[in-house]
Formats: sequence, C-alpha cells, structure tokens
Amino acid sequence: MIKRSHWSIPYIIFMVVFVVLPLLLIVMYAFQDGNGHFTFANITRFFTDKDSLSTFALSLEIAIENTLICILLGYPAAWILSNKDYNRSAVTAVLFIMPMWINALMRTLATAELFNVLGITLGKGTLLFGMVYDYIPFMIYPIYNTLSRMDKSYAEAAEDLGATPWKVFWKITVPLSLPGVMSGVLMVFMPTVSTFAISEFLTNNKIKLFGTIIQENINSSMWNYGAALAFIMLLIIGISTLFMNNDEKAAEGGLI
Amino acid sequence: MKKIIAKAYLWVLLALLYAPLIFIGIFSFTEARVLGNWTGFSTQLYANLFTGSMGGGSGLLSAVKNTLLIALIASIVSTLLGTVAAVGIHNMKGRGKAAVQFVNNIPMINPDIITGVSLFLLFVFLHFSQGYVTVVLAHITFCTPYVVLSVLPKLAQMNPNIYEAALDLGAKPSQAFWKVLVPELRPGMITGFLLSFTMSIDDFAVTFFTRGTIGLDTLSTYIYTDARKGGLTPELRPLMTIIFLLILVLLVIFNIRQHRSAVKAQAK
Amino acid sequence: MANDYIIDIQHLSKSFGGVKVLDDINFYIRRGEFITLLGPSGCGKTTLLRQIAGFIAPDEGKILLEGKDISGIPPYERPLNTVFQRYALFPHLDVYDNIAFGLKLQKLPADEIQKRVKRMLKMVSMTDYEDRSVDSLSGGQQQRVAIARALVNYPKVLLLDEPLAALDLKMRKDMQLELKEIHRKMGITFIYVTHDQEEALTLSDTIVVMNEGKIQQIGTPIDIYNEPVNCFVADFIGESNILKGRMIRDRRVAFIKHQFDCVDEGFGEDVPVDVVVRPEDIYFTTDPAKCQFKAKVNSCIFKGVHYEMWVDTDTGYELMIQDYDPYEVGTEVMLYIDPDDIQVMHKERTRNVYDGKMVDESHVEMMGGVFECEPQEGLAEGDEVRAEIRFEDVDLLDHQEDGVVAGEVHFLLYKGNHYHLTILTDEGYHIWVDTNDIWDKGDLVGVNIAPGAIKLSKRND
Repeated sequence: MIKRSHWSIPYIIFMVVFVVLPLLLIVMYAFQDGNGHFTFANITRFFTDKDSLSTFALSLEIAIENTLICILLGYPAAWILSNKDYNRSAVTAVLFIMPMWINALMRTLATAELFNVLGITLGKGTLLFGMVYDYIPFMIYPIYNTLSRMDKSYAEAAEDLGATPWKVFWKITVPLSLPGVMSGVLMVFMPTVSTFAISEFLTNNKIKLFGTIIQENINSSMWNYGAALAFIMLLIIGISTLFMNNDEKAAEGGLI
Repeated sequence: MKKIIAKAYLWVLLALLYAPLIFIGIFSFTEARVLGNWTGFSTQLYANLFTGSMGGGSGLLSAVKNTLLIALIASIVSTLLGTVAAVGIHNMKGRGKAAVQFVNNIPMINPDIITGVSLFLLFVFLHFSQGYVTVVLAHITFCTPYVVLSVLPKLAQMNPNIYEAALDLGAKPSQAFWKVLVPELRPGMITGFLLSFTMSIDDFAVTFFTRGTIGLDTLSTYIYTDARKGGLTPELRPLMTIIFLLILVLLVIFNIRQHRSAVKAQAK
Repeated sequence: MANDYIIDIQHLSKSFGGVKVLDDINFYIRRGEFITLLGPSGCGKTTLLRQIAGFIAPDEGKILLEGKDISGIPPYERPLNTVFQRYALFPHLDVYDNIAFGLKLQKLPADEIQKRVKRMLKMVSMTDYEDRSVDSLSGGQQQRVAIARALVNYPKVLLLDEPLAALDLKMRKDMQLELKEIHRKMGITFIYVTHDQEEALTLSDTIVVMNEGKIQQIGTPIDIYNEPVNCFVADFIGESNILKGRMIRDRRVAFIKHQFDCVDEGFGEDVPVDVVVRPEDIYFTTDPAKCQFKAKVNSCIFKGVHYEMWVDTDTGYELMIQDYDPYEVGTEVMLYIDPDDIQVMHKERTRNVYDGKMVDESHVEMMGGVFECEPQEGLAEGDEVRAEIRFEDVDLLDHQEDGVVAGEVHFLLYKGNHYHLTILTDEGYHIWVDTNDIWDKGDLVGVNIAPGAIKLSKRND
C-alpha cells in the first residue's frame, strides 16, 4: 500500500552510482595496469618505493602528532567551554566552532602569509603549527558537545559516593567524554593524512604528504598508481573506523 | 583564580586561532600589493573587488560567481534529495536501514581527496566529460548525507502519526508531504541546506579533481592556483574578510535560533 | 446484505517478520455501536485498527464497509477518520486550521468550512480556542481538538487508538463521559482501542477481548465480566480468583477441595475445568448453616470503597475477597459462594503437547532443543513423535543457559495454591507450567524436563 520506506530509493540509486561505484573503481584501477589487465604491480610498487614509503611514514607521523596536540590543547578548552562555572556564553563556543566553516585553504593561506611576514621559515614546524591551527576546532567541537550534553547527575552521584573533584574528572568525565574524543580524532586524523594543498602552502612545497603524491599521480594521468595509493588510504580509513564504530553516536555528534 | 586561568586559556587560544584572519582583515584596508606592507588606510581593494577592476583580471570574480552558483544548485538538490531520502530511511527497518545509513556515512568519513579521486575515476570510467555538471554532482554527493543527518532527528522527534493523520483526513501522499511533512521538517531542512551550502563553498579537493580541464575555477581552486603562482591577488584580502564576517553573522543567527528552539522545547 | 453491519471483518490475518500479529480475525460491528478492542499491549488490537483505517494492508482476509471490501482502498479515500494515540495534531497549524484540514482538502466553500468547524468546536467545548497554537493546549484540550478534527468530516466510523492513554486519571474519567456523550449526539459508529479494562467496561456497547492476535471473547461488558470464557479474560477483566476445579456433574462443581452448587450444565461428568469466582462474590456469614467453608484472614487492606482481604482456606488455598466490612488478620471466618457467582470454564489444555523427533533412543528433539527421555522401545532414530508433559513436570531454572531451551515468563496466573505460568521460548513455543515458586512476568528462565516426565507416542501423519 503506502510504503514510505520506498522514498529512499532515489537516494539509494544515487549513492550506488556516486558513492559505492566510485569506491569500487578505486579498487579496480588499483589492481589494473595501464591496459586494463589485472596486476599487483601498483601495490608492490608502493611498498618497494622508498620515497613513497617515507612520505607515507611522515604523513602518519604528522597526523599522529597533530591529533595528539589537538587533544592536549583542545580537551581543556572544550572542558572549560562546557563548564558552567567558567563559561556561560554560547558565543564563546561559536567563536571556537566558526573556523570550521571558513575555507581551510583561506585560513591556511592566511597563516602561511603571517609566518612569512613574521619572518618564520616554512618547514616541518610551521606545517605542524598550521595543521593544529586548522584542525583544532574539529577536536574541540565534538568534545564540547559530549561534555555539555553529559548528564550532571553522574558527576553528582560520584561526588555523593565520596569522589574528589579530581577523581570525578578522571573516573567519570573523561571516560564518558571518550566518544567525543573519538569523533574528534576521526575528524582530525584522516584529513591530516590526506591533505595536500595545506601542506604545500605551509611548507612552500618543501614537504610532501601522502595526499600530495596521490594528487600528483592523478594529475599526471598515472591513474592506476594514484588509485592504488588511494586504495591504501581507504584501507587505513576502514580499519580506523572499525575501531571507532563501537559508538555510532560519536560520528553524529560531530557537526553542528 | 581558577576561573581567571580558565578564561585566560580560552582567550589565548582564540587569539592564536584568529590572529591570521585578523591579520588579513587589517591588511585588506591598505593598497599595498605585497601583504605585510602598510601604505596607509584605503578601501581601494574593496572597491576593486566590487567593480571587478582588478589587476589580476576577472578570474577572481568569475570564481566567486561559480562558487556561489554551484553551492546554490548543489544545496537545493541535496536538500530535496536528502529530505525525501530521510523520510524513507526513517521508515525502513533492520539491515536495509543500517546498510543505507552506513553508505550515507561514507562521504562524511572519507577524506575529501578520496571522494575527489573516486569521483574523478567514475567520470573517467563513464567517459563523462568533466566540468560544471560533474562538479555539481560531486558536491551533491558529499552534501546530501548532511541533509539526511539533519532531517532524521526531526523525523524522530515528530509524532509518527502525523503523516497518517493527514492521509486519514483525506490528503493524498503528495499533499501530506507538502502540507504536513515539509512544514514539520523545515528546521532540519534549513540546517541541512545551510550545512550543504557552506560545505560546498569550502570545498577544494573534490572540486579540484572533478572540474576537468575546461578552466572552471571556484574560489578554492582559484586561491590554490594563485598561491602556487606565488603572487597572491590582493583583492583576495577584502574577499576573505567579507566571507569571514558573513559566516560569523550566519553562525550567530543560526545558534540563536537553535538556542531559542531549545528553550521553547524545554518550556513545553 | 440485509443486516445492519457497518463493518464486517472476515478472516483477517497479518504477520510482521514471521510473527503472526493477527490470526484469522472475524467479527462484525453494528451501525452506531460503540465497540472496544481490548487487550494487553502486543495483542494486535492497534494493528487491527490500523488495518481498518488503511495504514496497514492485511496479508489475508477482507474488511467490508457497508458490504464493500475496502482492504485495497488507500486511507485517504476511506470514509473513516481516526483519533490518534498522542493526538497527532499538526504543530504548524492552529486549532482552527487543524480541524479544517480535511474540509479544505475536500475543497468545500469557505463559509461551509467555517460553519462546520465552529459547530465542532462547540461540541467539544473549545469555542474560544480557534486561534490558539496546538502547542499551547493541555493534553485534554489537544484531545478535544483531535476528536473535532476527525468528526468534522462526518466519517461513517470513528476510530480511536488509545486516545486517553496520555491523560492523567481524573482527566481520563471526565473525557470518558464526554466521549460517551459525543457518541450519543453524533450517532456515529465508534471503534475504540484500549488496554484499560475499566475504560472498556465504562464506555462500550460491545467489547472484543484480544490476546496474542486472536479474539478471546466478544460480548457486552456485563457478559464479559460475569461470564469470562477463559482464564485470560477472567484475569484481564477485573480481579478474580481463578482455580482448578472438577465438574462432578451438571450443576455441581468441586474446587478448593470443597463441592459447590453452580448453574453450569453440559460439561459432562468428572471433567477438569477452571473456575472463576470474583472477589466480591465470596460472602462472609455467621450462620453455620450457610457456611460452605472456613478460612483465616491473613491480610486486610483498605482500598477506598472496600477492603481487600486474602484468606487461607481450611484446605490450604488462598483466596481474595472484597467486602465493605474489614475482618482483622487472624480471624477465623465462615464463607459461602452463591451458585450464580461461580463461573465454570472449559480447560484450554490439560497438559503440554509437542511434536518432536527421536534423535536416538533416549533423546528427543522438540521446541528447538534436545531433551533426554527414558529409553523408548519401538521408537528409532528419526521417528516422528508426540510428546506430552504435565504442567507440574516442567522445571524452571534461574539461568537461561542451564536449561535445554531458554525463554521468558510471558503470562502468569495465581490459582489459589500455585502459579500457572506461560513460558514463551526464544524459538517461539509456549510451555505451560504449574509451580509453587514465585516468578515475575518477563523473568528469563531456562526450561528443563526430567526424562521420566516426557511421555512419548509415535505420530502417524
């Protein structure tokens, strides 16, 4: 009779064509040579190419460092923002979120220009600084969200049972806010590994990240190798989301 | 004391976060071609931007137009497609629902570069010549999930019988959709639309891979090319300042609205 | 068709995901009747109502409206209107536009719409509220608007899906009276769904008691209260003492180890039955000549109008009695029951019966588990068998994993000196158990059966 569940059919078709099929194409191209024959060559090439491997390692390193710094700086900020004793204004929170909505290229460009004017040489240091600068709102926001939605009665119950404020923080607040941290990690780590324009701007093209070599290969028509690199990145995403998927809400707590 | 430290921490962080933007903002009011040189207060760059009479040609202006047009089309289509899809997903059950929601999450979890490369390969594979259409399609792909996620909670809050009540009173399914569902879901749709619009404007990587070689530029790709050439068009400074202020205003309005509806919901 | 049935439901069945929610439902509704579908949650009453409204298509069967099958007609073309469980008023429209919604869709002239809406507002006593937003109304007011919104279209039948469930007790009582009054004024057929037996008894001309997708009993409130046809109905409607009994002959029944005169005939002689005695039908007496049995009061609670007492009979049963006069705990009392007040019911079953299959000579597979049984002669591996297990031979275990099959307590009845439980296993089988242990509804249990308690016979079909 009336099946409202069928209303999703147009979108399902759309997603099959524009989400599922393209991902399958990445896999397909990754395992093909230029003539469309099946091959492992693209994958083995990556694992035997020193440059690619070191770029990959550097990307992971930067991404991990960036994520850790974002947590270290962002968690206290989120906590203060969500704590009614320290901050009652929603506008302060909006100010922290706002950079998320501004074109990352523009912000990066502004940062790079500021470094230039201040006479700081562009390199790994500026790259990391710029990355933290770019991504910290994405860490603060989900943590802030989980913290401010957290039921205060948990903390009160813990205090009632004799926990000191310090204990309450470590035994109650931190464990309960982990979903927010997880979704923050998801929103910071992956983009850092994959970014290309940002690293180019911030290091004046001196340091290449994984995203950059994907971009270069695709742009110079080396689709198969580019697809293989993208495939490797997909694998990392798949594995890391599997770890995070325990809490589906985390991903949703992400945006607005 | 604790309070002062806490506040100070927030404000130092904010100051660092906004320093580059403020820096650009300040230097948008001087005429110097090179950033960092102050040659006296002037609104010449703003004038150039609005009259289109700038040294670097009309590339920037057409990039802005493209950006807005693509964002508008993509977010309208995404809002419609995503709303109808959300109603469908809301009424699905079990594995089918889980599967659709999973696929819906993919474009949000995937880094832009993956979305970009995968769509690039799709258009290559289908021999679809890349340009305006492919960019719009690509933007719809990564915007619609956000609409779905904005509308779904509204559906969950909605009295499940409202749609049926409309049918019961004699409304055909299409009438029930427009007369009852859409007004009910409007807040979620607006959120979804605004999200889509900003996502689309902000996008760089996906556009970069799907714009083809016809010289189509959005603001992001223009900035990218411009910056790689070395000489940053000075008129970008006032443009960035304007965008920055615009988003600030939008976000504040948006948050006040949300705050109000939250208060209203509490009052009930 | 020369009858006054406005709705006739024939062989209606519906399954959701393999679970039968409605199982061969048959009944009719007379024009102008106030009929109530009554049952616990999950009994299928709401599904049935939604099928009549047209929101769910039946798997099998027909719904006739004035003799015409409407099961294929979409809800917006059915001349029926519904009052939903949490009202489902349109929050973006005010009171007037909510009520006018259906009329506007029919494209009636504006003055006609206005006339009808005003009339309805008057009927539900909401005359001054037409410009109010529905969010600003109390539950009771929203309820009235919902009723007006449905009735303004002059439906042939009004469907009401637990409309009073969200109101507090006092408001609910008031609205019951108003609904009855509206029904009388409009003369429209009402089909009302509720799980509240008191509401059903108060409002209805006819009650349809449902459980587990089947109709248990159809009748007037008085019939259903006084003459329940089975333990479920007796337990669900009102308070009752449900006891194991034995029909000795016509008009003579034994229970609680005493014999009583009754008015029931035709059960046969020496037949096991169930007996229902309402707590208000057991009388105290000081006249030894009238006394049928003695008991000792073990608790006495004041319930507002009456006292509720539990007594232990001289034969070891526990009975509930309601009376206006209290008796102190510990008092020895003499009791009697009028023959008229004893309701005798056929037993639905006297033992558990399952189809099974021999795994080897001392194991039988049934209900999705393998039970040990005593070595069977004449039965070989693979033989199809019928297993019989007495209610008292089923063992219930605290931990699901300790049992051969796992399930939960689905329904329970206190039968004076033991509990009669219905266990629903994870595989969907019912097991009936007599036990002295105390369980609660929803408890998870493991089920085991002693090898000696399984009586097997070969099945030839």
